[in-house]
Amino acid sequence: MRHGKYPFVIGFLLAPVTLYVVFVIAPYAQAFYMAATNWRGLSPGQFVGFENFERLFQDDVFWKALQHHGVLLLALPLLTIAIALFLAFMLNVGGGAKQGVMVGVRGSKFYRVVFFLPQVLAVAILGVLFQAVYRADESGLINGLLGSLGVEPLGFLINPNIALWSIIGVLVWQAVGFYVVLFSAGMASIPKDIYEAAMLDGASRVGLFFRVTIPLLWDTLQVAWVYLGIMAFDAFAIVWTLSVDQGGPDGSTTVLGAEIYRNAFVFSKYGYASAMGVALFFLTLTFAALSLRVSRRESVEM
Amino acid sequence: MTIGTDKPAPVQPAPPPSRGVRRHGREGTKREVGLLSSVGHIFLVVWAALVILPLLWTFLASFKNNEEIFGNAWSLPGALRFENWARAWEEAHVGQYFLNSVFVVGVSTFGTMLLGSMAAYVLARYTFFGNRAIYYLFVSGLAFPVFLALVPLFFVVRNLGLFNTHTGLILVYISYSLPFTVFFLAAFFKTLPNSVAEAAMIDGCSHTRLFFRVMMPMAKPGLISITIFNIIGQWNQYILPLAIIPGTDVEDKWVLTQGIANINTSAGFNADWGGLFAALTMAILPMIVIYAIFQRQIQSGLTAGAVK
Repeated sequence: MRHGKYPFVIGFLLAPVTLYVVFVIAPYAQAFYMAATNWRGLSPGQFVGFENFERLFQDDVFWKALQHHGVLLLALPLLTIAIALFLAFMLNVGGGAKQGVMVGVRGSKFYRVVFFLPQVLAVAILGVLFQAVYRADESGLINGLLGSLGVEPLGFLINPNIALWSIIGVLVWQAVGFYVVLFSAGMASIPKDIYEAAMLDGASRVGLFFRVTIPLLWDTLQVAWVYLGIMAFDAFAIVWTLSVDQGGPDGSTTVLGAEIYRNAFVFSKYGYASAMGVALFFLTLTFAALSLRVSRRESVEM
Repeated sequence: MTIGTDKPAPVQPAPPPSRGVRRHGREGTKREVGLLSSVGHIFLVVWAALVILPLLWTFLASFKNNEEIFGNAWSLPGALRFENWARAWEEAHVGQYFLNSVFVVGVSTFGTMLLGSMAAYVLARYTFFGNRAIYYLFVSGLAFPVFLALVPLFFVVRNLGLFNTHTGLILVYISYSLPFTVFFLAAFFKTLPNSVAEAAMIDGCSHTRLFFRVMMPMAKPGLISITIFNIIGQWNQYILPLAIIPGTDVEDKWVLTQGIANINTSAGFNADWGGLFAALTMAILPMIVIYAIFQRQIQSGLTAGAVK
């Protein structure tokens, strides 16, 4: 029956595998080698071993970027998951029991559509949009509102102390809708009779949230955490398009992606940029491995 | 994965509606429930406003002139200045960028789906030497940050003579979309029944025919999900076009995200802020319209990958 299998298999795999090897695998492999050279684009680079990494570890900008990833890594998942969980709970269980079935509050469908909307907007476009939202005088959307309440305008993007938080705000703004839908899907798969039984036993809605929903949603929360963590290691597009001086003011919002791009395509320090890429690779990998290990728990049998 | 569509079977007849105890039967928790649901309601409304207001405001600002834009943010435009839109479309080339994005994303999504499903199908349903190795080669691409490859990728594209071309961008989009597409579709093809495939083979169907005539149609739900995923991902891509079509001399080849980001920088020099917001609205509006039409498929398509 399987005659002519090999020509067929090869025919189907040839194009995808070739493309993938040329444009994905080969660049990744080269990046590791390039990180050990001092190549600057013109003369052929020389092999310098770990010199780039030594310089990297003495580079203040690198540590600053790393510190920002640390803040992002904590704040982004915590804020997004907390907000999305609460919203999803309201949309799925918040309406209480109707004929023994937990329902969401009125208008749940509408809210779900609206909340998800930012997800389809390009991050680069959000960058431009939020420059207008965050503008530092009364012509900014937020400061215009604050101004009418008599509050001094805030320099969301130009004050180094809050610039990074302004950027985190945009990322949370965009991400929440996705996780509302994700958690809703998880909540929909929780058997209705578990809620029913808990309510008959006198559980309050707060109790339902912490004692029933969260434990049964643990796997989904874990997925969300990993996704958001990986997002925290990227954040390039929003920093590049939204922040002052693409990572400023004074480096207060820069991330590794922005520094890789700057070193490679502005300063032509290809070797050095690749070394940063390798550092980013190991950071992302470590995070993924660690978080999967730490958040593994006894999953509840249903 | 369907979201919130399971229909509850009516367990028991509804209790007779009594006034005051509409939602919750238990007297003791009534006040707490009332408080929670009103706080929750406020939060829902506030978050919805947070999503809608910036977008609505951008739309309004697209009709404003510079004075209005730099006045109070919450004032309405004095007139409907459609000339902002005309300027953005013509002079700022938003029309061109838009068409470029449609072309590049259209071709590369088609390519991704064709090549991705071919590879996934073969890897999922045929046993041959190297099958696992190739599968893991694809899937490993999920774990790598694209920034690591950026510099070498730039040189690969340049050495192939594809630098600053749409062809280069399309091939790169396809390649970088393959890991997730293959990963997702391979799992999907595995679940398809063997009996149909065997029946078709006995009827003299070739392998290729079997794939296009039998397997592809059966895999339709999975294909739709992943197509949506790829369209949105490629449409919103920013870093890859920036690395592959960066030149200001090839501005007519830029895609939308690049173009808008650039208009943002140049709007300051040209003092054309109304034009910027018109351009921004043009970039956002089609996405909102398409989202409004397909929101159900988009939501399930984008979350399908996360929930196995």
